[in-house]
Parts: sequence; C-alpha cells; structure tokens
Amino acid sequence: MPNKAIEGNDPGVRNPIGGELVYRHRLPTRLWHWTNAVAIIVMLMSGLMISNAHPHLYWGEYGSNVDHPWFNPPHFPGWATIPSTYNLSLARHWHLFFAWIFAFGLLAYMLVGLINRHIPRDLTLSRAELAPAHLWQDIKDHARLKFPTGQEALRFNVLQKITYIGVVFVVLPLLIVTGLSLSPGFDAVMHWPLDLLGGRSSARSIHFVCAGLIAGFIVLHVTLVLLAGPYNEIRSMITGKFRVPPDPDETRPPSRALAEDMS
Amino acid sequence: MSNLITRRGLVTGLAIGAGGLLSGCDKLGQNTQFRELLKTGEHGNYALQRLLQDRTALAEEFAPSQRSPVFRANGTRMPGGDDYARHLATGFADWNLVIDGAVARPQSFSLSQIKTMPARQQITRHDCVEGWSAIAKWTGVPLKLLLDRASVSRQARYVVLHCADPQSNGTMYYESIDLVDAYHPQTMLAWAINDELLPVQNGAPLRLRVERQLGYKQAKYVQRIEAVPSLAGIYGGGGGYWEDAAGYEWYAGV
Repeated sequence: MPNKAIEGNDPGVRNPIGGELVYRHRLPTRLWHWTNAVAIIVMLMSGLMISNAHPHLYWGEYGSNVDHPWFNPPHFPGWATIPSTYNLSLARHWHLFFAWIFAFGLLAYMLVGLINRHIPRDLTLSRAELAPAHLWQDIKDHARLKFPTGQEALRFNVLQKITYIGVVFVVLPLLIVTGLSLSPGFDAVMHWPLDLLGGRSSARSIHFVCAGLIAGFIVLHVTLVLLAGPYNEIRSMITGKFRVPPDPDETRPPSRALAEDMS
Repeated sequence: MSNLITRRGLVTGLAIGAGGLLSGCDKLGQNTQFRELLKTGEHGNYALQRLLQDRTALAEEFAPSQRSPVFRANGTRMPGGDDYARHLATGFADWNLVIDGAVARPQSFSLSQIKTMPARQQITRHDCVEGWSAIAKWTGVPLKLLLDRASVSRQARYVVLHCADPQSNGTMYYESIDLVDAYHPQTMLAWAINDELLPVQNGAPLRLRVERQLGYKQAKYVQRIEAVPSLAGIYGGGGGYWEDAAGYEWYAGV
C-alpha cells in the first residue's frame, strides 16, 4: 500500500474522484512531520529563553553590551518559553538535546525523500508552474481562500511547493548551520561557515531571523489546516488517509461519508 | 465521528493542549531522570566534537584590527576578601601558582617566574553562554609548559582550576577541563590582554584561556591547578562552579 500513496501527481495512480478516501502521506513523511513538529516547537520555545539571556543581536564577528546591536528582541514571556521561568542552563539542555532529533530527522527525511522519490516528484517546480500567469492565479486562489478540489487537492500547489522548498531546503538547513557555528568547538573543526555568514554575531542574528521565519510558517500552516478542514487534513498526517474534496464540476453526487466530513 | 470534531472544539483543544504542554515541560524539566536524558545531548556533543576535532585544531585567530573596541568583563569583577585585596595592594608580588594533585613533581611558580617563561600571543573570540562575544589579544604561558614541569601522572584525566574569587554560595570559583584541552596549543594562563597586564575585572593576575569552549570555562584569578583522575570528589561533582550551582554543561564547546 505505501507504494500507492498519492503524495503528488503520481502517473501510476488512477484518478481519484471527489469524496473518495485516498492514501496520501506515506509513513516516513508522517513520522518526520510529527517528530519534527515536536523538535521544532521545543527548540523555538527554549530558543526564546536563550534569547532572553542576552536579548541583543549584532552583526559581524563579535558583539556584546558595549557594542551596537541592530535589533533588540523583546523579553519573551513565560508562556512562550521552555522552561517558563528564567533558566538558561535548562533551556540549553532542552535546545541541544532536541537539536539532535531535529538535525538527524531532517537528514533522514531528505535521504528517504530522495530514495522514495517524494522530493523529486512532489517538491520540485516545473517551468509551467512558475509561469507568471499560473503564479498569479494561485495567489488569487489563496487570497480568496479557494482551496483546490478533486485531483488538484492531491498535489501541492505552487505557493505551497515554494513554501515547503524554502522551509525544508533553505530555512531549516540554515538554522542548523548557523546553530552549529555558534559552537566554539565546532568552529575549531571548520570555520568556513562562519566566514561565509560574516562572523559569529551575524550567524546568531541569522539563526534568530530563521527561527522567526519558522514561527511564521507554523502560524500560516496551522491556519491553513484549520481553514481547509482540520479533521481531514490532520487525519491525513496521522493515518495517511485523505478524503478528496469534491470537485464542483463533477456530476457524481457526493457520498454520505463526504457529507459527514464537510459538516 | 467527524462531527464530534468542530473547528471551535479543535482550536479550544489546541489551546488547552498547548497550556498543558507548557506546564508538562516544566514538570519534565524538574524530573531528574528526564534531565539526565536531556544531558545525553551534551555527552553526544562532547563525543562528536572530540571525534571530529583534531586534538590540536585551533580556534580561529583574528587580526589586531578585528578586536572588540572594549572587551566586556563578566562574572566576578572584583574578588571579595582580604587575601585578594592584599595581593592587589602589593601588585601580586607574592602571588603563587601551585600545581599539585596527580603529578610527579608538585610545583609552585611565582608570577615573575611565569612571566619569564616562553609566552604565546593569540587574538581570539570569547563566546559567553548568554550569546554575546568579544575579541581580544591574550598573552600568557601555554598550560602545557607548566603541566610538563609538574609531570602529570598517568592516572590524571582532568585539571581543576582553583580560583581566588569567592562566589555567592561561599565557595571559591573553580573550573575543570580534560587533558585534551589542557595540552591544547592555545590553552594558556594569560597575564595580559591587548598588550596590557590583566586588569582586575578580567582576572588579574592569571586567567585561563581555553579557546574551544564558552566563557564560564575561562577561569579568572587562578591560584592552583590540581590534576585529578575524576571530578567526582570536587565540590558538587559537576566539575565547575556554574555546573554545580546552576546545572550548566561541563563540556562547554557548544
């Protein structure tokens, strides 16, 4: 069954119709999604505690209280941090433990995704998708909260693809590289990442900005799940099963199961 | 089944779940076993960095122009107590550095002896655990030269640095490093910063520089270096003041 999962437009799979329950997300994708979700949330919240220890961001090789920060992050309140009261050492233990799960999880996801062809099939952009007219249409659809139906709902739309590619291949790897560069022990192994990033204070700034981008992604992602139908969307990421939203053009009357889902 | 899950219900559930998650995280953080689990991250980082690092892999060194205009002082800025005040008043004329513990020939060096030994200069970046960093030039004697004079015994695994600054809980500051870092070419007891004798706030008259680790390992006001086979008998057993007092990592390479 996993081989038949429709994570995108697999030509080998027959055309499912609206109302049908299809296998959409394969086990590796689902496993990574949830372990990564936990790791990312723990790292974001413990990261905010770490930020509270010195809420000033600098650019360049160095930066401390006597230097000029380009940005002073706010003091993050207890409900947003792990732990909820000030404790830098414990926040670091949380952060650096989950860093292993996060980094090796992403590596495993990328390797499996290349082997099972999830990445080349579902997370690559075609020239047609990138055509301005197509992009504009997708932007308009998103603005009107017009969610794809029928077969269209089974593949990632172009804005979704660009977002996922940006998160998985740019922002998350950059978080790892900048995070590693903050380690003086790692810098002794290789300091070319720091040279590339413009110094440790710059790396720390980029780390913070990327964390902000991920927080923004989570808000957008959860909002869209809630708008698109949380039951169906969350089920598809737990069991893999996804009910195809009916295509308004389809002549076939919606099934009873579908009617229940839409309630 | 699906009509049991409404959008409103789901949002409420997520909010309650998030609240529960947060207090759950605090409870987990207070659990000794869970903290031990989290600390496997530190052990993993120590093992991985020792595996990837060449023993003598150097921390990056910088050009004089890349130094911080002001090197921030942190931690103790003026050690309390009469002893240190007396040393300060006499310009550290009878400050001694003792090397003992698991060594064949315990040593006692005067400050002037140390300053006549071969010195190393390096411009390196100091990274505080809080997130700030500062670059300065350090001059001092490589720790290896001092340890070789004392001939560290084969049982020794760590060196403990005993300092002259009393902390709020009454103990004097202490730190420890393994022998890989102790014999590292950049590890030194520095007596000058930016070509001037160390000011009190930066650790006068002697401070440790162990460049591949964070700031709290860079013990200031060093008086005694003790070679030990294990850290278990040293104060709380964590290997350092901040390790014992607040649970910071002993391996501060990350």
